[in-house]
Amino acid sequence: MSKDIRIRKGFNLNLEGEANKILVDTHPSKTYALKPDDFFFSTPKLLVKEGEKAQKGSPLFFSKQNPRIHFVSPVGGEVTAIVRGAKRKILEVVITQDDAQGSVHHDIPSLESINQEQVKEVLLKAGAWPFITQRPYGTIAQPEDTPKAIFVSAFSTAPLDVDYDFLLKNNKAEFQKGIDVLAKIAEVTLTADANFKGFFEKVANANIVGIKGEHPAGNVGVQIHHINPINAGDRVWVVNPEDVANIGMLFSTGEFSAQRTVAVVGSSVKNPQYYKTTIGASIHSLLQGAEINDAQPNRYINGDVLTGVATAVDSYLGYYNNLFSVIPEGNHFRMFGWLPFVDNKIPSMSKTSLSWIFGKRKAIVDTNLNGEERALVVTGEMEKVFPMDIYPMQLIKACMIEDVERMEVLGIYEVVPQDFAMIDYSSTSKLEAQEIIRKGVELMIKEEG
Amino acid sequence: MNFLRKSLDNIKKPFGKGEKYERFAPAINAFDTFLFVPNHTTHKGAHIRDAVDLKRTMVTVIIALLPALIYGIYNTGYQYFIQTGEAFTFLDAFIHGSWKILPMIAVSYIVGLTIEFIFAIYRGHEVNEGYLVTGLLIPMIMPVDIPLWMVAISVAFAVLIAKEAFGGTGMNILNPALTARAFAFFAYPTYMSGNKVWVSEASNIDAISGETILGSLAAGNNVSYSFFEMFQGAIPGSIAETSTLWVAVGAFILIFTGVGSWRIIVGGIGGAAIMGFLFNLWGANALMSFDWMNHLVVGGFAFGIVFMATDPVSAAQTNQGKWIYGILVGIFCILIRVFNPAYPEGVMLAILLMNVFAPTIDHYVVEGNIKRRKKRWAAAQLKTA
Repeated sequence: MSKDIRIRKGFNLNLEGEANKILVDTHPSKTYALKPDDFFFSTPKLLVKEGEKAQKGSPLFFSKQNPRIHFVSPVGGEVTAIVRGAKRKILEVVITQDDAQGSVHHDIPSLESINQEQVKEVLLKAGAWPFITQRPYGTIAQPEDTPKAIFVSAFSTAPLDVDYDFLLKNNKAEFQKGIDVLAKIAEVTLTADANFKGFFEKVANANIVGIKGEHPAGNVGVQIHHINPINAGDRVWVVNPEDVANIGMLFSTGEFSAQRTVAVVGSSVKNPQYYKTTIGASIHSLLQGAEINDAQPNRYINGDVLTGVATAVDSYLGYYNNLFSVIPEGNHFRMFGWLPFVDNKIPSMSKTSLSWIFGKRKAIVDTNLNGEERALVVTGEMEKVFPMDIYPMQLIKACMIEDVERMEVLGIYEVVPQDFAMIDYSSTSKLEAQEIIRKGVELMIKEEG
Repeated sequence: MNFLRKSLDNIKKPFGKGEKYERFAPAINAFDTFLFVPNHTTHKGAHIRDAVDLKRTMVTVIIALLPALIYGIYNTGYQYFIQTGEAFTFLDAFIHGSWKILPMIAVSYIVGLTIEFIFAIYRGHEVNEGYLVTGLLIPMIMPVDIPLWMVAISVAFAVLIAKEAFGGTGMNILNPALTARAFAFFAYPTYMSGNKVWVSEASNIDAISGETILGSLAAGNNVSYSFFEMFQGAIPGSIAETSTLWVAVGAFILIFTGVGSWRIIVGGIGGAAIMGFLFNLWGANALMSFDWMNHLVVGGFAFGIVFMATDPVSAAQTNQGKWIYGILVGIFCILIRVFNPAYPEGVMLAILLMNVFAPTIDHYVVEGNIKRRKKRWAAAQLKTA
């Protein structure tokens, strides 16, 4: 049992619309979709055409970067649409559900005798490989690599984020099985809230570490930095807790499991709670039970309000998201709103607002930028929300000027854009740090070939 | 409010994209965003943003400057009336000071903002708020009797050469306000030093005794003020620098709101105190034996370390670097005061000097981080090998 780790920098946003601890089934979704954009730096090559039938677990497309990595259908049915965007880029592969199509079955060797290569082979063949992402860069893991560790973070600090202990309450056995499977590949480090580890405390076959701290302490990259930092050339693999359970189910049943439990949260949601659904389900199906307050225009976000992807209501759930946030849009003017100590209901980390007095109150936030983009003037504010031994501003500047060598020595291997979300949030100059880092990471991948 | 918003939108129409006056959009936007925080929403990155922005930050600095400014206005009148020997009330002193200082502020803002607007239009970016602070700082650190045209030229020099030539707000190496003062100091020395410039209308008053404390020390005279008088600030000096008390109020506002770096302020005070104390121990002349505590309350030291050294653009940018930068500003300030009586006011030169070295300080701090990381990589490679 390892010692707890305390992460000192960071800030927890206290927002309205946290999910109640109620888990219900969603309304059935007629259509499901995989969105290749959910897979960072992976270009899809289609294996199906419109009108073709697909079984649950049969491949829809594979990754051009590594043809061994297949992306499989989360349900049985018919491919009814392949939605393309500019330059014929594939945006969505839509399946209309038809359970009569059945599912693909795989033979699973017994866990006692299975070796590392066999585990990888099963995951690849069954289409469960995309559940595993890697550091550096946050791309899907390369099956040819041997990671030095596998990290599973069950500690969430993002605004309104889920409680994994509750989310996985019906899947404890599957979760354990998933850990057992992953442990065949490399040592598994499971992190949990140091104040309440829940059932994770009793998980076997993993190195369990309690984490204390404010956001982004729950980001797995921050935890890796403090527990087992990435050096040049290292690979660390990352799996979301629910996908550990999905992998466990695959090894129990021999069928691809696409279970997704989603908390619908945010101040525009009347019934913020947990919904049991399937990867790629339609957002309509998800929102039917949640009930949205649409007196004002809302923003629908796959993921949390800091790192999520804005989504149309008629689109589909993101591949990795356990969270769906709905908050009001903020396209309104505020007269003299730039004066200090004015509009104190908008939360602020800065003491130029009185919002800190109401610290315990849950805030309703909208998507207003609260200012305009400006030159970088204020220094030291990024470091307050960046709990790594990395100079964030210097790294951001290196990314801006595309100086690959400098990015490397300043620690680009250890970060993903999401780690800079709080910098986006708190920046006085309204800097788009995540965007800059994303471009920097893409440049690194291209340079390395 | 709705009516105002609608009329503004109407006025802005010809400045829109593809319209006739599109080039001048930054100018009209500057006025619009002064009235209203715009309706811009997030498009990439985090969907929600903090309430703070550059306008709010800059206005907080201005609020922090106000106590020192108001006291400076009063002190200008006070110094004038005690020299002339007339009877006066607080209001008289305040009115006399306002009459002198408000035109300087107006000139500074008009000249500086005009240049900023022209550059914003020329470069096609929005007008940055940095000059709101710079434009107020410049008159506050000038002698009261400096002619307005000199203020105007100093401002133009500072904005053009110290700021825009480097790329505008956020890119400058030197603090623009101090550059303005340094320019005036070297271009018009008779208006910037000596014993005739620190009291309003001094040239019209006979038998003036209006030199600054540092000036008289440098000339080998004794100081006739007590520590508390110097701390409170009823002494001759640049307009708003004299009162350490009200500067301290400003420092409290800056540190409490997190807008000013406490590391630089604490480091600076520490550096100056240590240097002053060492000179006290040495004590070879009057300047050296000038009590280290008094060093902290006379001249522009307090004003400089609180409002000038903390300018985040020209200071060191790493937290460790800020400590080093602050301490060195303090040390050099006292060093220049004591060793170079030609420049009794050391803080201006000390900060400008450290402005130049701030990137070097940061360079070594960041190099340290890089080395630590490379060491970790090497150690990991040894382990696997």
